[in-house]
Amino acid sequence: MEQKNWNLLDEALGLNNNNAKPWPLCGRFVLVEDCVDTSAAFVLHQILKRSFSSHPSSAVVFLAFSHPFSHYDRVLRKLGCNLAAQRDNGRLFFLDMLMLQCPDEGKANHDGLASVFEQIERVITALHQDKKFISIMIDDISFLEVAANGSSNDVLNLVHYCHTLTSDSEYGCAFIALDHKDIYLNGDRTAVMLEMEFLADILVKAEPLATGLAKDVHGQLMVLDKETQHRHGVSTVKTHNFHFKIKENGIECFYPGTKI
Amino acid sequence: MAATRARVSSFSRNVSTVTSQNPGLKHGPNGTMFISSGIPDLDKILGGGFSLGSLVMVMEDPEAPHHMLLLRNFMSQGLVQKQPLLYASASRDPKSFLGTLPSPASPKGDNKSSDLSHEKDLRIAWQYKKYFGEPQLNLNTNNGGQHDYCNDFDLRKPLDRHFFSGNNVDCVSIKDSPNLTALQDCCAGFLAKFSRNEGSISSAGRIAIQSFCSPQCKYSNEEWHMLSFIRSLKGMARSSNAVIVVTFPPSLLPPSCSKRLQHMADTLLSVKAIPDEDKELAKLLTGYQDMIGLLNVHKVARLNTQVPVILEATTFSIKLQKRRFLVLECLNQAPVDGSSGSSYGTSGGCSGSTKAGPLDF
Repeated sequence: MEQKNWNLLDEALGLNNNNAKPWPLCGRFVLVEDCVDTSAAFVLHQILKRSFSSHPSSAVVFLAFSHPFSHYDRVLRKLGCNLAAQRDNGRLFFLDMLMLQCPDEGKANHDGLASVFEQIERVITALHQDKKFISIMIDDISFLEVAANGSSNDVLNLVHYCHTLTSDSEYGCAFIALDHKDIYLNGDRTAVMLEMEFLADILVKAEPLATGLAKDVHGQLMVLDKETQHRHGVSTVKTHNFHFKIKENGIECFYPGTKI
Repeated sequence: MAATRARVSSFSRNVSTVTSQNPGLKHGPNGTMFISSGIPDLDKILGGGFSLGSLVMVMEDPEAPHHMLLLRNFMSQGLVQKQPLLYASASRDPKSFLGTLPSPASPKGDNKSSDLSHEKDLRIAWQYKKYFGEPQLNLNTNNGGQHDYCNDFDLRKPLDRHFFSGNNVDCVSIKDSPNLTALQDCCAGFLAKFSRNEGSISSAGRIAIQSFCSPQCKYSNEEWHMLSFIRSLKGMARSSNAVIVVTFPPSLLPPSCSKRLQHMADTLLSVKAIPDEDKELAKLLTGYQDMIGLLNVHKVARLNTQVPVILEATTFSIKLQKRRFLVLECLNQAPVDGSSGSSYGTSGGCSGSTKAGPLDF
């Protein structure tokens, strides 16, 4: 494998530690949080790119709620990853959920998000034969909630299901989801967010700088690794804080004040 | 940052050029196309205009109708360029609104840049930014073409009837609808005419929805129904060559619902009224008397790219030039009065003033 340029985000997520596992996020749930002022979609793009380059038999199941394939294809292409080719090679399963809308509760064919479950299960069982390292990514949990007509139960069921897929006895998948933290700041309907923050192994939070907008620093990232997979029964929590700047072909991460 | 770099990279082509076939369309970066918002200053701020396939949301101020100015110019621009329009509002007769749309100004000899020379004598250059040239985005490559892409609208002259008496305008009233299903079907039918394929774009469509969650609508309590509607609009927009502008009053919605809507927007703007006789604001800003409102740009559409758009300024004053033309200007802070001495102290956030800053919204 060619020499990779790991940045602070890769290190915080443990992606540069290939000795443990070829795809270090296997068996872990990464929750990415952002707000209106600062979007954390670039974290998803970075993880997507790294997952394909980690091992030849890695695969991704991507549930897209906020952007169509054409958007991701173009973005990833500039990052050096050809999504169309990965899709053709059976390494990317892009499920376009932009127009998914569940019928209201009480209607005859109310089945919650069952169709989504079935799609994921079908893809995972088919992949499990030959692919070892599967990542499930959900583009936007808040849009999933809207698709489920606000039913927290349905959304939590799906999140729990995806989380069970990360356990070793199941498929040992990696599960990555993005949600918008500022929607829940007023204290109502926080069940989904609280549950996900509890279940998550790694929390990635993107916020704007306290001092306002800047052209060369786009925001700050806080990565909290709960280190739930520990060897000696001692669990530690690792926190990383750094600033970032997003470019077309990647991201620059640097500690505050050390921008080159 | 090297602002004068002329290298053309296939990844970040920031020059927007008017297409020769259709003057109403302009190429944007990353394979996107722009259509004009109808306000030349807003086009410049947004880097070219509204991206085709994007959802633009405008947060209203319930105390002032300034969002109507944005809507009117947006609709007029489309009609003048023969781009089909779908307009929905909660009034009983939305078609009558078309009579209030502005007409393009008659071409005159003077241009905006001559305003700067009105003070020929001693100029104290503390507002030096005004005297720098235009930023590097060269929207003026072809002056005639520039004029066709975006018109200056004269708010005192109503649009000629023949622009909207044809078949290219659809008006929908949502006043008596129990839910948004009918409007959603209308929009779906309209957008199907502009579905995106790999070929060249023949025409672009515009949808303008005014105050879609206002309390007069019967469904205004059904939060999730409204959210699904906007989400489906967003999904439909991405696969079509159209721009959808939706205005809504965030103060009349639960805060989480309003935040969800803000996240759904590709481009997010908000307008705020300026109180008439605010002495503090008058001291803080120059040209306060001419301002009718404030416009804040919260988010700019980032289609096909992950790089955010960072603007030089996000708050602009809305002024009517000669009481006819809508202009957006950067805010200029008035010079501190040396004699009072306390201005800087009180304008800081840590002074503990009880009122939130007048420019925070």
